[in-house]
Amino acid sequence: MATTQLKDPPISKRLAKNIRRNFIERLIEIILMMAALTAVFITLAIVYILTTEASTFFKDASIVEFLTGKEWSPLFENPHYGILPLVTGTLTTSLVALAIAIPFGTISAIYLSEFASHKTRETIKPILELIVGVPTVVFGYFALLFVTPLIQKMAPNLPTFNMLSAGIVMGVMIIPYIASVAEDAMRAVPMSMREGSYAMGATNFQTAIRVVTPAATSGIIAAYILGISRAVGETMVVAVAAGQQPNLTMNPMEGAATITTYIVQVAMGDLPYGSIGYQSIFAAGMVLLLMTLFFNILGHFTRKKFAERY
Amino acid sequence: MKKQSNKTNLVKDEKLKATRTLIRNHKRKDLLFSMLGLVMVSLILLTLLTLFIDLVIDGYPKFTFDFFTSFPSRRAANAGILSAWVGSSLVLLITFLSAVPLGVAAGVYLEEYAPKNWFADLIEINVSNLAGVPSIIYGLLALGLFVYTFKLGHSILTAGLTLGLLMLPVVIVSTREAIRSIPVAIREAAYAVGATKWQVCLHHVIQYSFGGILTGVIIGMARAIGETAPIITIGALTFIAFLPPSPITPDFPFISFEWLQSGFTVLPIQMFNWLSRPDHAFHINAAATGAVIIVLTLLMNAFAIRLRYKIRKNIKW
Repeated sequence: MATTQLKDPPISKRLAKNIRRNFIERLIEIILMMAALTAVFITLAIVYILTTEASTFFKDASIVEFLTGKEWSPLFENPHYGILPLVTGTLTTSLVALAIAIPFGTISAIYLSEFASHKTRETIKPILELIVGVPTVVFGYFALLFVTPLIQKMAPNLPTFNMLSAGIVMGVMIIPYIASVAEDAMRAVPMSMREGSYAMGATNFQTAIRVVTPAATSGIIAAYILGISRAVGETMVVAVAAGQQPNLTMNPMEGAATITTYIVQVAMGDLPYGSIGYQSIFAAGMVLLLMTLFFNILGHFTRKKFAERY
Repeated sequence: MKKQSNKTNLVKDEKLKATRTLIRNHKRKDLLFSMLGLVMVSLILLTLLTLFIDLVIDGYPKFTFDFFTSFPSRRAANAGILSAWVGSSLVLLITFLSAVPLGVAAGVYLEEYAPKNWFADLIEINVSNLAGVPSIIYGLLALGLFVYTFKLGHSILTAGLTLGLLMLPVVIVSTREAIRSIPVAIREAAYAVGATKWQVCLHHVIQYSFGGILTGVIIGMARAIGETAPIITIGALTFIAFLPPSPITPDFPFISFEWLQSGFTVLPIQMFNWLSRPDHAFHINAAATGAVIIVLTLLMNAFAIRLRYKIRKNIKW
């Protein structure tokens, strides 16, 4: 015992600051911080790339024409740079998607949160998660070759490429998303409020509609807004099924290009770097980013600001 | 006297009856809504099932060995997905190698190191914002940054890095969630025997959160397989009748990284290409490709969900 103690350096020395060890610790912390900073870097890079390319675009096209012009044909001999047709296409498909996703998403959320048994919920939720995992191009196939022919049987005048079936399929795509955010909001409503309602003699249905849903309104609306943001940025379904021509219309029975379709369409062709067509996709991307950013921030604040404190 | 009590009894009976009807009506409403909910949820699941069955039936004639070992062709009957699945695998390899170390490092920093101040908030807001950016915007970023600023070309490397950026928020979020579920006591025990912060992280925090991180990585990779828009935007080719150069060469140093620079196509782009042709024979190819993609992503997702369930069940702190 005594000899081993003598061989070891004294305790005070062993516990003294080890410069090498401290240096390595510090180095690792810096490396990890750099990794975390890549998130900030990516955001900055997105903003930088979009603004520089879009600003060269706006040297050729006036901003006023871009925002108010009713024709979008940057690649033609006589180019027009009005983004409105692409914006209406984007909004129309998104609205159709919401018309499907809001009722289905909300009712599924109420059902899963308030009515379904634990076992049912645990079976259904993972399957809904699987829908989120289905690639969007597959949904595009479904819209073009399954839903469109189906609707054409009822409405024979429907063109092959139309915003209606693209919107419907997009709606199916965002249902799980809306349902899961809305359900989270409902589950966050404290049990005591439900118990209070039951104690007054309310049924399950009355409690769900008149107590839980109002209490979770902020979260449910945030779910809708995040759903819109998702629909606006969706690309492949509309690129496959909604048509490629810019078309200033809000009629879902027609075909029209969206902002994302336009970007895909231009990127598929072989555009030289620095050409007006190349820059125009960055200008269009900028509009798209601003739209989704607007909805994301709105959704974030709805959830934060109107969140009830219990 | 007796008559009067009879009368009150009658009134009571009627009131009771009315209340019972009321309750019955309310219960019926309960049942009706419950059924409506079930019908709606089943409709959604039915749609998913229809989608899958439709793909399998349409693509059935192409489920042959040849389909996986031939290049795309002008004749729909001879066309296959060899270059697409090789391309997808190589791109995913780059994605995995770039996103996972970076994402795990960022997650560890945010949970274990970052001071709780505006700086941490800034990074956190950025991560959640990035998760909400449409994927096609990442494509534009990659087109401007990787293709034309860093001059990486329309290559496998560019595509892999692009999907890596897209997957980064998923990895960061799942790493943080996994780390958060580890009790402080574990860290305190490690510190008590003299471990440094990094030793605590490497030997304990990262190891115990491994399952959770893996779940997030698999879900992110499953998403990356089907991601089409950003890869189209960086200018992937749609008709590729060659394979990238082999990474193993017969001469010294036996390993070549030339394949990183190679042009490529991936499964979803091959599907999109066939889908946008008017000839119906190509749609059959598209359906078969879609079925392949969907089986891959469903398998990966199912595995991840199962893994998460198992972790939740087995860990008892």
